[in-house]
Amino acid sequence: MLLIDCPFCGKRPELEFRYGGEAHLARPADPADLGDKAWGQFLYGRSNPRGVHAERWRHVHGCGRFFNALRDTTNDRFAATYKIGEERPAIPEAEGAASA
Amino acid sequence: MPDLTQARQSVLEGIEASGRAGTFSLLPPLSRLNYRGRISTVGRVAAAFGVEPAMEPCRAAIFGDRAALWLGPDEWLLLAKEGEARSIIDRLAIALAPLSYSLVDVSHRQVALKIAGPQAELLLNAGCPLDLDRQAFPVGMCTRTLLQKTEIVLWRVAETEFHIEVARSFAPYAWRFLEQAERDL
Ligand SMILES: [Zn+2]
Repeated sequence: MLLIDCPFCGKRPELEFRYGGEAHLARPADPADLGDKAWGQFLYGRSNPRGVHAERWRHVHGCGRFFNALRDTTNDRFAATYKIGEERPAIPEAEGAASA
Repeated sequence: MPDLTQARQSVLEGIEASGRAGTFSLLPPLSRLNYRGRISTVGRVAAAFGVEPAMEPCRAAIFGDRAALWLGPDEWLLLAKEGEARSIIDRLAIALAPLSYSLVDVSHRQVALKIAGPQAELLLNAGCPLDLDRQAFPVGMCTRTLLQKTEIVLWRVAETEFHIEVARSFAPYAWRFLEQAERDL
């Protein structure tokens, strides 16, 4: 079974987690100032990369906390997990090279 | 608030054979409180509740017949004897004022089962994907996790004894699942 490294609980089985969509999407400070296109982009525009993707996960059947992860969408490998609010970590080239 | 303790009916009535011999059994009712608050409030909880909640993830602290189980970085499950919930809430309210926190009486939300004996780990692993080796999951460790399709709180209280908390409405499911798994041991 795939193990995901929760920043609070450590390595735990995938079954305990839920996917939470792309990470680091900041809500616009003043949505009323946005045109329909920009607002639509915030709501629905996603990077959808082939390769390393920064995404949110929630340890729903564990500590219950959201956290961020870097996962390679081509092989499902988790390169890193980190707490909400922390910087996206740099990962070694070799791990992120799947899309090359 | 009226005391409904006397009117309480076991959700396992008609299923559970009391005094059951085997790897698992039903534990008596408990007072259960779900506490959520900043780490800086925990000292006051410790003073009022009598148990110092663990800061280390997935660890339970016990003192006498009370326990505080770490469920998340700002969340603990407080366990005490049945009937004590009201007085604990009152004491914590005094100790914690005027800080903000959340304290919810979940005594009747869950029931507790005991899983004990040399085959306890094997039985749990029929539905729980965690590594229950004594190195990986030592005595005193506790966590929310899954038992087949239902969420549980799993707590290792001794080398060969586990305490599990399961939602009341899922208790018959968990019970039947454990019965089946026990037959397969
Ligand atoms: Zn966790």
